[in-house]
Parts: sequence; C-alpha cells; structure tokens
Amino acid sequence: MKRALAIIRSSVLSMIGVALVLLVVLSAIFAGVVAPFPDHRGAVVDFTNFNQPPHWPNIMGTDLVGRDLFSRILYAYRTSLVLAVVVLVLAMPTGVIVGLVAGYFDGFRRHALMRLTDVFLSIPPLVLAMSIMGVLEPTLLNGMMAVTVMWWPWYARLVYNITLAEREEGYVLAAEVIGASSLHVMFREILPNCIPAVLTKMALDIGFVILIASSLSFLGLGVQPPTPDLGSMVAEGANYLPDSWWLTVFPGLAILVAVFGFNLLGDALRDILGSDQ
Amino acid sequence: MHPVLRLLLRRAGMSALVLIGVSVLIFVIARVIPGDPARIALGPNATVEQVANLRDALHLDQPVWRQYGHFIADLARGDLGVSLYTNRPVTTDIAQFLPATLELVFAAAILMIGLGLPLGILSARYRGGIIDNSIRVVALLGVSAPSFVWAVILMLLFAFFLPIFPIAGRLSTDFLIEPVTGFLLVDTLLAGNPAAFGNAVSHIALPAFALALSGIGQAARLTRANMVETYDRPYIEMARSYGFPERRIAGRFAFRPSLIPSLTILGLDFAAMLGNAFLVEAIFAWPGLSRYGVAVILRKDLNAIIGTVLIISATFLIANLIVDLLIAWLNPRIRHGRGTGG
Amino acid sequence: MTPDVTDGAVTGMAGTGDRNGARETGKSIDTLAIRDLRLRFRGYTETTTVLHGISMRVAPEQRVALVGESGSGKTVIARAILGLLQLLPGAIVNGDIDFEGQDLTGLTTRAWRRLRGVRMSMIFQDPTSSLNPVFTIGEQFHEVHRRADPAIRRSVSGDRAAAILEEVSITEPDRVLESYPFQLSGGMNQRVMIAMAMANEPALLIADEPGTALDVTVQDQTLRLMRRLVDSHRTSVLFISHNLGVVREFADRVYVIYQGRIVEEGPSAAIFRDPRHAYTQALMAAAPRITGGGIPDVSEDEPAFLAPREVHPPEPTPTGDG
Repeated sequence: MKRALAIIRSSVLSMIGVALVLLVVLSAIFAGVVAPFPDHRGAVVDFTNFNQPPHWPNIMGTDLVGRDLFSRILYAYRTSLVLAVVVLVLAMPTGVIVGLVAGYFDGFRRHALMRLTDVFLSIPPLVLAMSIMGVLEPTLLNGMMAVTVMWWPWYARLVYNITLAEREEGYVLAAEVIGASSLHVMFREILPNCIPAVLTKMALDIGFVILIASSLSFLGLGVQPPTPDLGSMVAEGANYLPDSWWLTVFPGLAILVAVFGFNLLGDALRDILGSDQ
Repeated sequence: MHPVLRLLLRRAGMSALVLIGVSVLIFVIARVIPGDPARIALGPNATVEQVANLRDALHLDQPVWRQYGHFIADLARGDLGVSLYTNRPVTTDIAQFLPATLELVFAAAILMIGLGLPLGILSARYRGGIIDNSIRVVALLGVSAPSFVWAVILMLLFAFFLPIFPIAGRLSTDFLIEPVTGFLLVDTLLAGNPAAFGNAVSHIALPAFALALSGIGQAARLTRANMVETYDRPYIEMARSYGFPERRIAGRFAFRPSLIPSLTILGLDFAAMLGNAFLVEAIFAWPGLSRYGVAVILRKDLNAIIGTVLIISATFLIANLIVDLLIAWLNPRIRHGRGTGG
Repeated sequence: MTPDVTDGAVTGMAGTGDRNGARETGKSIDTLAIRDLRLRFRGYTETTTVLHGISMRVAPEQRVALVGESGSGKTVIARAILGLLQLLPGAIVNGDIDFEGQDLTGLTTRAWRRLRGVRMSMIFQDPTSSLNPVFTIGEQFHEVHRRADPAIRRSVSGDRAAAILEEVSITEPDRVLESYPFQLSGGMNQRVMIAMAMANEPALLIADEPGTALDVTVQDQTLRLMRRLVDSHRTSVLFISHNLGVVREFADRVYVIYQGRIVEEGPSAAIFRDPRHAYTQALMAAAPRITGGGIPDVSEDEPAFLAPREVHPPEPTPTGDG
C-alpha cells in the first residue's frame, strides 16, 4: 500500500489522472449544486438565448433551444457514470460465472460456453450493440443492456484463462480430494484468485464503457432527449459546424477529459498491481 | 500437410462456425423481441392485409427454427432478402455502400500500422525519456476519445480554420470516375487520372485519420509494452555485445519478436474500426454503410439489419483470418511446427 | 591493491603447454590490459561500489580465467570491457582498459561499439535464449558478418558461416543455418553461438560462464570444441566461470575474484598446485561439488577472504624469457 502510494505520487501523469477522475465524479455527484442552471437538464426552452457562443453566465454557450451547455455537460457526466457502473456491475458477474464454469468443467459445457463467447467477440462491438439497439427501443436502460451484452465476453475470456491455470494448482486438487462440491471449488477456491485481475480490468474499462456508450448515443441509438448525454450533444451540434462550434467542441472535450482521466488512472492501477504481483 | 495450410483450414472452419453462430444470434434477437416485426416495419398506418402479406413473405407464422431454415436457404443462394427501407435487395444495398466503408477502414488501418508501430518503437527505444513520455501521452489521448470527437476536432482545425482538406464526401463533383472496384483510390488510378486520385486522397485524409487515431494510440501502446519486455531478453544483450547500433536493435532485433503478440490485438482494433467507421462517416458525410445501417436500425428493417451485421462480421472474420496467417508467417514456431528438424 | 607490481613479470608470460614457443618470441602487445578498474553504481540514496580496482591482462592467444562466485563482479568486468556497462545510466566506471594497445576509455561510444562483434566478442550463459528467436541462424550469421563487412553478400556469409560451423563439429551446417534456435538442441545452439562469436575473427573472445545452462557432458564437449577453435584461430580468451574443474582444464592463467577484488592470480598450474589465498583455498575445498557443475557454496564471509592479493610468479617454461 505504501508502495502503491509512492508510485502514484511519483508519477505526475497518475496524479493528473486522479485529478480528472475526481473532477468528473464530483461533477456528476454535485451537478445539482454546481450547475448554474440545474433545470436545464430537462426539456427547457429559452428562445431568447439560444445557440449563443460562450458568454457570462453561459460559460460554454447555449444549445439550440437556449439551454446552458455547461449545466447539461455536468448532468451528462452523471448519465455516463451511472451507465458505466451499471454496465460493469451487470457484465462482470455474468462473464465471471461463464468463465468459471467453462474453465472448470471439461467437455460440452466448456465448448458450448467458449464458442458462444467467441461468437460475441467476433462481432465488432459497436455493431453488436447497434443491432441490439436496432430491435429494442432506444432508451437509457436498453442502451445499458446492449453495452452489457457486448461487454461480458471479455470477462468470460479473462476468468476462463485464469481458471484453466488455477484448476491444476495443488489447492484446487486438495479441495477436490476431500470432496468439496464443484460450486465450492469454483466460487470459494478459484474465484478469489480471479478478483485482482477482474478489478483491474473493471477500472480500465470504465473509460471505454463511457466511450462506447457515447458512441451509441451519438448514432441516436442510446440515451434519448431530453436526458443530457455527451454523445447525443455532439451529434446534435455536428450539423451546425463550424459556426456553432461550441455545441460539439465542449461535449467532445468533456468525453476526452473523462475517458483520459479514467485511462490514466487505470494505467497507474495496472502498474501498481503488476509490480506487486 | 504444411502447418500453415493446416492452420488456415482450421481457422477458416472456426470462422464459418462463428459466422453461423452470429447469424443465429442476430436472427434470434430479431425474431424473439416482443411485437410483430411486420407491423413495426410497416408502421401503424399499414392495413391488416399488408401486414399479413409481409408476415407471409418473411415466414413469420412458422416456428422460429423453420424461419431460420428459410433464412439459411436464401443466404446460401446469396439472397439476404429485400430491404423494407429501400425496397431493394439487401445485397444490392450493401454492395453499393460497403466499398466506401472498407476503403475508409483500410486507409485507417494503414495509418494505424504506418504510424502506430513506429511510434511504439521510438517510445520503447527511448523508454523513460522525454520522447517516450510524449508519445505515451499522445497515444493515451488517442485512445481516450471516440472517433467522432476526433472527427469533429480534425474537421474544425483542418477543414475550417485551416482550410487544407475538403469538409465532406469522397470526391469533388468535377471528377467523374467509372466505378470498377468501388475503391476510389484504386479506381482513380485505374482511370489514369492523377488529379482525381489526389482529390480522393485529400478527401479521405481527415476521416481516415480521425478513424485511425485510437488505433494508432493502441498500436503504439501495445508495441511499446511488448518491446519493453523484449528488451530484457538475453538476445538483446547479445545483440549489443555484437555492437549493433541501438537503431538497428530497436527496429529489428527487439521489434520483430514483439510484433507477433501485437498483431492479434491489432486484428481486434481493425474490428473496432469497422464499427467506428459508422461514427466518422456520419461527421464527414462519407457515403458508406453508416447512414444505411443507422437508418435500417431505426426503421427496424430486419433483413437489412441482419444482412449488414453479417457482412460486417464476415469482413471482420476474414481480416482476423489474414492476421492469423500473417502471424503464422512471421512466427517461425508456427511456420515450421514445433520440435527439432527443419 | 598495487596493480603495477606484477606488470613486468607477467608481460609475455602466457600459460602452459606447447603453444608457448611460437607466441613468446615477438614482443607483442597485450590483447587486453586492465588497470585499476573501478565501478560504482549510483542508486537513489547511496552509491554501491562493485569493483575496487581490478588489474588484469590477457596476452595474445592466452586463455585467461576469471574465477569467483556469483556477485563477485566477474560478469560486470566482461560488460565493462565491451563498453556495455558504460551505457548504463547509473554506472560510474574508472580505470584504464587497453585493448590491443589502444585505450578504450578514451574512445567515443561509437568507436567502442565498432570494436564489438568485430575485434572482441562474447559468448553468453544460455545459448538458446541468447539467440534471437525469430531469425534463422543463417540470418543471424549474416548480420554478424555485416558488422565487419557491411557489403557482404548473403551467399558469401552463408559459406563462411558453414565453414566455421564445421569447425565446431556441426556436420550439417546448411541445415543448421536454415533453422531457428528453437529447432536446435541447447548443445547445438551453444556451438552456433561460439562459432558466431568467432565469425569475424576477433582478437578477444569473452566467455561468460558458457554452457552453465547445459548439462555437464554437453558443456564439457562444447568447451573442448571452443578450445580447439580459439587455438586454431589464435584468439585470446577471457573465460569467466565459477567452475574450477573447467578452469583448470581450459585456462593458462587464473585470476580469482572476491567481492570486487582480485585476491589471487598466477599461472593456472601454480594456483591449483598451491592455492595461497584463504578464499582460493575455500573455493578449492568446495571443488568436488563444483566439478559437478554446481555453484560453489563458500558464501561465508571470513575476514581472511579480505586478505591482500597473492601473486604467483611466472612458471618456468621451456623457452622462458621472463
């Protein structure tokens, strides 16, 4: 732990990562307090002040119906973070269970599960999510489901590989010899050994989930108006380039800042866990 | 049998199985959802008779497995059905839009390899130094924004504020090029029209770069990581003891062994590009599969959705097959099989 | 700690056996002469001294062994001669390294690098992991040949490589040249590495515990091949080892190193007949295990081990001029 702190402190980049992540998370949590126009997160229309470049008090300008972009970006962070957390919380256990079962049992179960995983992995991720959204209604909930469906196979693959290695270890064989049930061996013996790798992957994944989800809503296949979302804000503004540049540039940079922060943090985390092992 | 040929056959067989799996998956998703696909497709204003006719045409009244049977039988004849959005065969639609998308993706892949690998090599060679740190930050930035954000930023910078590149499209209307391959970069050359080729290059530059940025970052990060590991191997010290210049050690003795593990991931990046092309096409009005794909998705055009997903997955599988072969070709262990005896 | 004491005595004195006659006649310059080589590593908080003033010399065609346990500093000496150590950011190297009469420490990094692989080369511990896994042996020979002759054609390089591989008793050199290291046995790779090190006819071959990774019989066999090769090419050898059995068989002259200091030096026969320094005696006592290929187990730090250096006088030779 001391060592971990030392590494983080020693690296300027990790510090920047921590700062950016804090900025994003705090914005999301305290959006209601910080945002100058909290009611602009919804379907507010102000035609006296629409499509204005950055000025006081709208420091990032206003959108096409006169809402404060800065306030909406803060609320959009909330959308993104909730979505990312929900996706990972759903995808991780699914993938972990599939990976455990496929890695622990030989024969049919393994082949069926791993081929299924391969099928999911061989569809370009965004296309898979798009086709799911294609048949479902584009809502925030369905968006989360679509991203979850494309995310769990990565955890299945990761846990599968660890399980394959661990099940040959002495402690697993010992548990089997004394007659422990498969469930016990899988969840009480093998699973704890997968947790560090799984947690690292989750940390690294937050940024990517935000990125993919914003891509979906950019295509109009995710979060729907009036819920503030960075991807759909960029899409909306893209038709008004270059004159209303603030409509796309600020939400775009907001995505960059958030994902960059999480990626810096994830890299630092991986270095720490990597050097501890 | 030659080991590479055996590998090719096994991978091709696997790919075929996966493609069947993909078709089942998409088919099931498409048919199992609540609601009547025919009604959804035709909209609320369609008559009961119209809906019944469409149900019949799509075999919707039969059990799902029989529907799938029809679908496969049609697929075997190269028939993906008719798009309800364009009223044309899905295969015709895809044949029209796919080349532009593929051209964009290939251009981006070339940029990814042509810029990402050298940046990774530079980063690894000067690891710990200022060059390394700059490249690492740039690479991480590259992977930290979706390609549509890069598209917007590049467009604002290099098409508006510095009007170097055109804003949208594949080719100025001044040029009329007979489509042969559907790849304008190839067709303009075939037509012997260098001016048109230059024009096509200037059109594809920004979208390809926007699409490639995350791949470039990924490739640089991966190459660096693998090479840093390779630098600890005894054969690098041996190369130094032979007085090879650091330049040659980086570019040859450390890079070549590191390339093999990088390639698999680069194959996956190519897959991501196939999807991300949709995002870039939307910004640059690139007449590829994107607009069609999004349109058919929003209209619940099932035949077109299944067709588009299948084609993209097939493209991806073929690309991965090529990557596997490339790895087999580069990795002597696979090319020559294991054990002794050459 | 006074390096100059032995200088006069050792010059021209080279080892034992029948090779002396031809070699001793000319007033030749030492292939390698190290004077007062010191090495420190700068750490975050403190500086660690690894070498406390090493002096040693290798005459032309002489086979010199540097013996000591791991951590004694023998491997860093080899790296320092090649100029590799000087490339490390934390290493502070002082002292003179004369190679064929030229002071290497005065050279630019570039000029020093140009000597490597051409005038001096090195053999590593583990042959299989020291050869690049993705290039054929033939490609690697070609790279090495191009160090001396950048324009050399692949076919010429192949012929030369095949010839030198035959000298290390490789019967099908062409098949080996087309192979990758993983397709060959460890013993085979060892011979390849020896042949490769000799490819450009270097004046000095440094062998860092060659073959320790191999089993004893293979090790023995390849060492005999190496000896034959350096004899016929009249190459000087600096042989680094902890294996006294091998050293006794191979070396003309022995330097015993302990904790960064030379504790005893002299002709091989003299040292084995009459080990004088407490540390050498301890090493010899551990010898039965050592000849089995094991790592000497004399790690107990005894005050006597820190006693001053013992220098054996030159052995009288048939044509002796010392």
